[in-house]
Amino acid sequence: MSRLRSLLEAGEQVFTAEFPVIDGANMDKVARAADRLRPWFDAVNATDNPAANAHASNVAVAIAMKMHGLDPILQVVCRDKNRLAIQADLSGAALHGIVNVAMLTGDDVTAGDEPETRRVFDVDGPIAVRIARTLRNGTYLSGRKINPAPDFFIGAVENPGAPPLEYRVQRVGKKIEAGAQFLQLQICYHPDRLERFVAGVLAAGHSIPIIPTIVLVKGARPLQFMHDKVPGIDIPQGTIDRVANAADPAEAAYQMVLEQAQFALSLPGVRGLHVTDFRNDDTLGRLMTDLGRTPRQ
Amino acid sequence: MGIGAKLEHMVKGPVWDCRMCGTCVLHSTGMTCPMTCPKTLRNGPCGGVRENGHCEVKPEMMCVWTKAYGRTQTLPLPKVWREEYNDLRPPLDNQLRGTSSWSNLFSGRDRRVPAGWQAAEVEG
Repeated sequence: MSRLRSLLEAGEQVFTAEFPVIDGANMDKVARAADRLRPWFDAVNATDNPAANAHASNVAVAIAMKMHGLDPILQVVCRDKNRLAIQADLSGAALHGIVNVAMLTGDDVTAGDEPETRRVFDVDGPIAVRIARTLRNGTYLSGRKINPAPDFFIGAVENPGAPPLEYRVQRVGKKIEAGAQFLQLQICYHPDRLERFVAGVLAAGHSIPIIPTIVLVKGARPLQFMHDKVPGIDIPQGTIDRVANAADPAEAAYQMVLEQAQFALSLPGVRGLHVTDFRNDDTLGRLMTDLGRTPRQ
Repeated sequence: MGIGAKLEHMVKGPVWDCRMCGTCVLHSTGMTCPMTCPKTLRNGPCGGVRENGHCEVKPEMMCVWTKAYGRTQTLPLPKVWREEYNDLRPPLDNQLRGTSSWSNLFSGRDRRVPAGWQAAEVEG
């Protein structure tokens, strides 16, 4: 059983992180990133061409992460792969003992640096979740047997801050029906929306562990960028201004993230935190320390 | 395309911008065709919906699934249809593209799902 699964099943808090993208034969970068993340995080996401830019593949990076002592969560998105390729990713990951998977619809090709690419979307996030469960059930979609069946721990992702807000909780129900066992959230800069969403999931009777995301940024510019350029992310102007107009914007950005993290962790139903680090400085360790974590040896 | 499919397209094309997927689910999506979603999602809306409810891919266009959600709430549709909005729709059978969904509904062909999908549904 994976570290992530055993901690969640034991009722422990979990901290996950986003692994940096890797390009080419750069195993040194994998080693450095793993060394940086290993003391603080229980599991780490191996992304799948994030923001629709090509990088070293999700499965290859997840294998490399495992070699370097991390518990990988293999992200699989539907943008670049049809159902055959998705099943091949899952089966290939299982071959290397990778069992945590997070199945996403994924952002569009227009988000990346090759917008002329043909988008696939043969299936979508909820279907991809059910595909992972199908494999865990011991067959491919076709019904062809897989022996031994991979013991996947299946995750889904939801955006608590995107319209139609009142539908997002029901969508979680659909993903649970499809087979989701844990839920990572997209970054949400509206605390009221996050609170309503998490309360709604609980009120609907779902006990799925919820892991909201926070993003470590250096100042107001990346916030403005996310607000302007990333569909599905809306940041209130007041939040951006508070950082921009501070005497020390980098410190103000840190305090904002710390507040977000503490708020998210205070919500009943929230079982941990997912950290995306765009700062790459010593605030990662500072944040974890401020949240009461002690580094693992 | 057969005669049935042509006839169907003549009716559904102008009204719903039908893409002839062969597995029509219009009744469960507030009479909004999910195949007009640029990502062709059968289980939308995705997480990229903009603050104004518009599409991630085509910012000038209302998100198809947000529109569908609104319509399931406001159109005078049977309750059973409204409740199907959140149904988990199986992967599309691409062999049915271009065929008549009316004929596939009648024959039950549009409800055939892969054997593994069905087994996972039952056994979990």
